[in-house]
Formats: sequence, structure tokens, C-alpha cells
Amino acid sequence: MAHSDTAEPTRRDFLYIATGAMGAVGAGALAWPFIDQMNPDASALALASIEVDVTSVQEGQSVTVKWRGKPVFIRNRTAKEVEEANSVPVGDLPDQLARNSNLPDTAEATDANRSAEGKEAWLVMVGICTHLGCVPLGQQGDYDGWFCPCHGSHYDTAGRIRKGPAPQNLLIPPYEFVSDTKVKIG
Amino acid sequence: MAGHSNYVPQSAAAKWLESRLPVISLVRGSFVDFPTPKNLNYWWTFGGILAIMLVAQIITGIVLVMHYTPSTGAAFNSVEHIMRDVNFGWMLRYLHANGASMFFIAVYIHIFRGLYYGSYKAPREISWILGVVIFLIMMGTAFMGYVLPWGQMSFWGATVITNLFSAIPLVGEAIRTWLWGGFAVDNPTLNRFFSLHYLLPFMIAGVVILHVWAFHTTGNNNPTGVQPKTKQDTVPFHPYYTIKDLFAIVVFMILFAWFAFYVPNYMGHPDNYIEANPLVTPAHIVPEWYFLPFYAILRAIPDKLGGVLAMFGAIAVLFVLPWLDTSKVRSGTYRPLFKQFFWIFAVNAVALGYLGAMPAEGTYVILSRICTAYYFAHFLIILPLLGFLEKPKPLPASISEAVLKGGSASPAGAVSAPETK
Amino acid sequence: MSTMIKMVRALTAAAAIAVAAPALAAGEAPHIPREQWSFAGPFGTYDQAQLQRGFKVYREVCSACHSLKQVSFRNLAEDGGLGYTEEQAKTIAADYTVTDGPNDDGDMFDRPAILADKFPSPFPNEQAARASNGGAYPPDFSLLAKARAAHRGFPWFVFDAFTQYQEQGPDYIHALLTSYEEEVPEGVTIPEGKHYNPAFLAGNAIGMAQPITDEAVEYTDGTPMTVDQYARDVAAFMMWAAEPHLEERKKIGFRVIIFLIVFAGMLYFTKQKLWRNVEH
Repeated sequence: MAHSDTAEPTRRDFLYIATGAMGAVGAGALAWPFIDQMNPDASALALASIEVDVTSVQEGQSVTVKWRGKPVFIRNRTAKEVEEANSVPVGDLPDQLARNSNLPDTAEATDANRSAEGKEAWLVMVGICTHLGCVPLGQQGDYDGWFCPCHGSHYDTAGRIRKGPAPQNLLIPPYEFVSDTKVKIG
Repeated sequence: MAGHSNYVPQSAAAKWLESRLPVISLVRGSFVDFPTPKNLNYWWTFGGILAIMLVAQIITGIVLVMHYTPSTGAAFNSVEHIMRDVNFGWMLRYLHANGASMFFIAVYIHIFRGLYYGSYKAPREISWILGVVIFLIMMGTAFMGYVLPWGQMSFWGATVITNLFSAIPLVGEAIRTWLWGGFAVDNPTLNRFFSLHYLLPFMIAGVVILHVWAFHTTGNNNPTGVQPKTKQDTVPFHPYYTIKDLFAIVVFMILFAWFAFYVPNYMGHPDNYIEANPLVTPAHIVPEWYFLPFYAILRAIPDKLGGVLAMFGAIAVLFVLPWLDTSKVRSGTYRPLFKQFFWIFAVNAVALGYLGAMPAEGTYVILSRICTAYYFAHFLIILPLLGFLEKPKPLPASISEAVLKGGSASPAGAVSAPETK
Repeated sequence: MSTMIKMVRALTAAAAIAVAAPALAAGEAPHIPREQWSFAGPFGTYDQAQLQRGFKVYREVCSACHSLKQVSFRNLAEDGGLGYTEEQAKTIAADYTVTDGPNDDGDMFDRPAILADKFPSPFPNEQAARASNGGAYPPDFSLLAKARAAHRGFPWFVFDAFTQYQEQGPDYIHALLTSYEEEVPEGVTIPEGKHYNPAFLAGNAIGMAQPITDEAVEYTDGTPMTVDQYARDVAAFMMWAAEPHLEERKKIGFRVIIFLIVFAGMLYFTKQKLWRNVEH
């Protein structure tokens, strides 16, 4: 419809625009609850941190625990594994960033930056292949670390990607040793 | 639905689409250029309100399903999870629960509008019948939805209503067991009700399309009941009725918001905040308010099968209403006697609703019977006879004439054809 | 305009009819007096101090028999509630023991509760609860404030929709706790093991003995330590437990309604403009 038949076009146009804008604001505000309801709810967020007792994890052993619905590998590495991890120059790694949530984003992927602070035998990481989300198998693959059977990604003993399609090292979640035998993840 | 559009595609893309799937001209013909009587009053906006309520119920419902668990062990707690933990979950659930009541308020007003203005009469019988079908599916949907929170009223409501079917001779018991999927209302019942509660609204949406198609074929009824004769009698649906409907919808939303945000449990029953317990029946079982008139009819008949038949008959009679009303005049505005009986009928319906909430004892039973009898008498005796006994007022020659006569003090020359754009 | 008025009138009438009687029933319902609540009305908010006192009453008295299954410890620190900090809520949680497990040996074990845990129930199951309470089942507290209401009757229930009376639950809880009577009136027989309480909705013989007496719970903020005050506080706490998002709901509701009224006004004028050349 053309609005040329009116005596006061400006006021009418303004009214139409204002009403339309008001409707748009209302529709926008209404949409938010319907979008936000799909975000993690209060009970999911509350479970975001767990404590794990690692007393029984001997050298060379691992436990897998569930954190936020995902597996977390906690490994008490052997001296040989630590040595292997330290022997690789960072410059040779496909992904040279530590990917450690407890360190700055720019931290280098040295073994010291990957293992637990002051407890270099311990490695805590999210057991999700950075390629497409499968769970890698432990102590397998070309680098004695982890091997993802889905698409053949090889991780070393510090959980760093060495070969295959995965773009990044295995993620290290926020965690801390609250005592010698207790890890708090999240 | 189409055929009213003088739409000529302009752009190349529109031409391309139009020659393959004429969806633009269909929509324009139905909801933009569609010639609509210019004298529709606000009672006619409830069609649009109902469309919005259906969409609102479907959207909030789909979202609630993302968090709900249909299992007797988990349903009640999952609803509480929605109310407590899910982001805006309390809002979504209160909107959905109160939305059902709002939907019924609107549908009852819509039905009574049709009754008053004779919208069921030829040539709109199909539209009316489809409307009754929608009403029936709505009742089924609402009933099954009320079972899902798995509170005490959910469980016992489901038990009582499914037991109605056992009144059917010979196969009643078998049907009841079949509905339950067991020997009582239990997990299988909850699961199938959940499935159907999700399905039925889409069936309603389908029948709504037919309902609209039907009255777009015959043209809308209007307060005079006189068919539009010239272009002077109609205006294009858009923007005249889009804006009027939108205004009415927003006003209706104020009422909706009042209930959903300020008195969200007003329409509900406190017992439904107690988890279902098959061993204990609540002291007073009452259906949701929108079923109360029919519940009263059910209880008015002192016989199990008779009660069930009367209840379903109360709806079935609506299907044949177009042929029960013998009057040649559509609109109640021009039917002095009918007008009075219409209001008596409306009061009677409210009274039935009130009686449905009262215990089935003493005077309440007697009153229920009188009101039930009157309900049927209105359709089966009064309406057929009125057509012969009543002397209707003279009808206006056209909608425009009626508007001018009954209109305000504005000069007659102000009637400009909206077609002159 | 007259159609407008008619429509508003009709809507009002329809609403009144529509809402008729969700919960009316027979019998002589006990009279439940209406109390003042901070959370009533369109701008109602919970009184944090009252909720904390009510929680103390619940913890020290009611929780011996009544569970609070739907409420988590994290809720204590959430907005629109008791107003505890997360640290305070953690400390409270740590006082409770919950069963977790199984551990690596396959055994269930006890540990202090954390924020993510729900309130542990005093009895492992309904049967155990009944066995300890003379056959009566102490109802769960999480929804009780919404699951109990005295019948209002005509015409009061019509007005309730407009006056926003939604506090039947807390009113009832307060009335119940303050209506115990030692003297049983003549003509009323109270079975063995039951107690006379004229406010009790399901008859006047209740399984629960007078649960609280004056001075039973210590208030440090100078609030009177009377049964009446305890009843008020615990009823408010139970309302929060049943409706933890009440404040948010009313706040959002106010904005929604203001928006809708303004928007409806604009639409009305737009509609008038559009229709001004059409006689209808």
C-alpha cells in the first residue's frame, strides 16, 4: 500500500515504524528463553567439578574418570615415558602449543607444560581425540602414547599429536592436586 | 484459498517460482488480498488468537520435550527439573500449562461467536464441522498433556477418563485394557499419551488449514450474516485485519501473561504437585476447568453407559447443528427470540461448568440434570422450532447499508473504497 | 470504541467463567486465615532473613522426618533465595552426609555433601518413614507449599485471579502449625496416635504431633522465638523450596505486561490510522 493519501505522512510513518520496531524488540526478547533453554542447565553446571582419589594409581597405571560427560585420563607415567616425552624438541611437533587450560594460551608444548605442576610423572588430560571426538586407546600407536582408532591419530607419552589427522594436542582440563593423592578436576 | 490474488510476479526469481509452485499467490490470495467483510467485530479476532495459541503451544511444547522424560519413575522429577534447573524452564512450563487454558478460553469464545452469528449455517457447514473436529482433537490433546507431569491429578484423571471407555458394551473392558497397555494406568499408558500428545497438535494444524480453506471458499461470515455483494462490502485482509487481529492478539497476551507470570498455578490443581500414587485417590477429583461442563453432563446421568453417551452426545450434537437450526436468517442480531435463547444457553453452559466442579450429590445432581436437559433441548427442540416460530427483523440489503445505519455520526461520504489504493 | 469496551468486558467475564472452580469441593473446609507474605503480589520478593530462619527451623526440627528431595545445596546460594554465599552453602552442605558410590571395590560409601547434591532424606524409603511414624508418611517438603490449598469457594476464587492470591499453601502451613489444640471438643473423637488439629485439611486428626514449641529453635537476630513466628518462617522457606524462581518470575512478568500494554496501545493507534477511511 502506498501511503500518499494522508494529510500527515510523517506522523503516520513514524507510528508504523515505531510499532514495527516495538514488535521486533518483543520478538527478539521472546526468542531468548527459547534459545537459552538449550544451554547447560543449573544442575549440569553444578557437576562441573569433581574430585578423584588417585592413591591406588601406581606408576605405569592410568584411571579414566568422567568429567562433564567426557573421559579424563589420569596417568602416572613411567620414567621412560617422561624421558621419551622430554626428548622431542618442541619445534618438531605438529602442534607446538601446550593446550593446557591451567597455563596461558601461548605456553609451549614442552612436557613440563603438559604434566602436572611439580609432579611431572602425572598427566591429566581430556580423553577426546582432537580430530573428531573419539576416545583414543592408551599406550598404543607409534609413539607409545595414545592412538585413536577412528582415523589413525598418534599421540606421544605427553598426549601430543605426532602423526595423523588430529590438529591439536589432547586438551588438558583445569585441574589441581589438592593433596598428594587427590585431584580436583574442573 | 487462492484465486483472490491479483498478484503478478515482478522479479525474475518470483516468476520462476510462481510458474513452478504458486506459493506466493496462494499466501497473498489467502492472507493479503483476501476480500474480508469490512464489518467484522472483535469477536472475529479469536480465530487469529487461536492460530497464535496453537503455534505458541507447539513451540513451548517442543522445547519442553527437550527436557522431559516420559517414564513413570522419572516424569514428575523431570518436570521439577524443568521448573528448577533448566534455563527459563519455569517460564516455558508455565506458558505451556496456562497456554492450554488460554487456548480453551479463546476456543469457547470462538465457538460462541459462531453460534451467535450463525456461522455454522449454509454454506459454511464444512467449516463448522471441521471446527468441531479441531475442538475434539484439542480436548484429547489437553487431556493427554495433563497426564504427562505424572502428578496425582494426572494419574487419576487418566484413570477416570480411560475408564469411561469400559462403559461400551461387550468390548469396553478390552478397549480400556488396550488404551492402558496393561491393567492400570502405568508406564505404557504414559508413553503412548506422550507420543499422541506430541502428534495431535500437528493434526490440529492440518485440520485448521482445511477449516480456513473452507471458509475462504465461502467467504467469511460477518455480524450481519448478509453475504458481501459488492467490493464496497469488503476490505483486503492485509493490512486491515492483520493489524486488527494483531492488536487483539497482543491484548489477549496480556491476559495470558497475567496468568503465566502472576498466578501460574491458578488454573491448576494443588494435588498435581504430589507425585502420582496408584494406591491413594485424592479426596476430590476434578478435571481441568475446560472439561467441567462435559464432566457435569457425564455425572448427570445415573447410568455409566448413559453418562458416557450423553457426554459424547453433547459434542456430537454440534456436528449436526447446521441442520438443526431451521432459521433462514444467519445472524442472531436479526433474531430477537434466538438472541434470548442464546444467552440462556450461554448461562446454562457456565452453570454446567460450575456444577462439574461441585460434588455429585444432593441438589447439585438435580441441577446438573436440569442443565443437561436444557443443553440438549436447546439444540434438539428450541433451534428447530425457532426457525418456524420466530419473526426475524428485516435484514439490511448489504453490509455497507448495515454499517451506515448502525454506524457512528461520521458523514456518509466518508465511505471510501479501500481498493482505491 | 464501544466494541473495545464490550470485548474487554467479555474477556473479563470469560476469564471469570473460565477459571471457575478448579478446586472446589464438598465438605466443611477448615477456615484458613490469610497472612501477610513478603512474596505476595506483583512485586513480591522473598525476605532472605526469613528464609534463613525458616531453613534453620526446617534443619533443626522438620528435617528429622520430612525430606526435601527436589532441593539441592547449590540452590541455597542461588539468586532470589536465601542469599547465602557459595562458601556458606558449601559449609552447610558439608554438615550433611550423603551416600555415594559404588567405589572401585563396588561398595557404597558415605561422604560429606557437596553443592551439586540434593538434600538427603531422613528415611531410605516410604516404608521406613511410615514404620517410624506410626503408619503416617511425612510428606516431602519440596513442593508442599504448592500442593496444599484450602478450597476457596464461590465467589472468592474468581477474585483470587485478579488479586493474585497465590499463597494458599503458606497460609495453610502456618495455620496448621498454629492450630494444634490440647482440648478435643465434644463430639470429636481422635483415634489413638493422632492429634487434634482443626486446620488439617484431611479431617481434623493429624498423625504429626505438635512439632514445635516456643523457644525450640534459637534465633540470634532478635526475632521472636514463638510457634507463630516459626510457622511463618518455615512456611516462607517452603514456598521458596517449591517456587525458587518466584522473584525472577514476577520481575520478568512485570516487564512483559508493561511491554504488552505499550505495544497494544501502539497497535491500537496504528489500527485506527489504517481504518480511518473505512466505514465499518
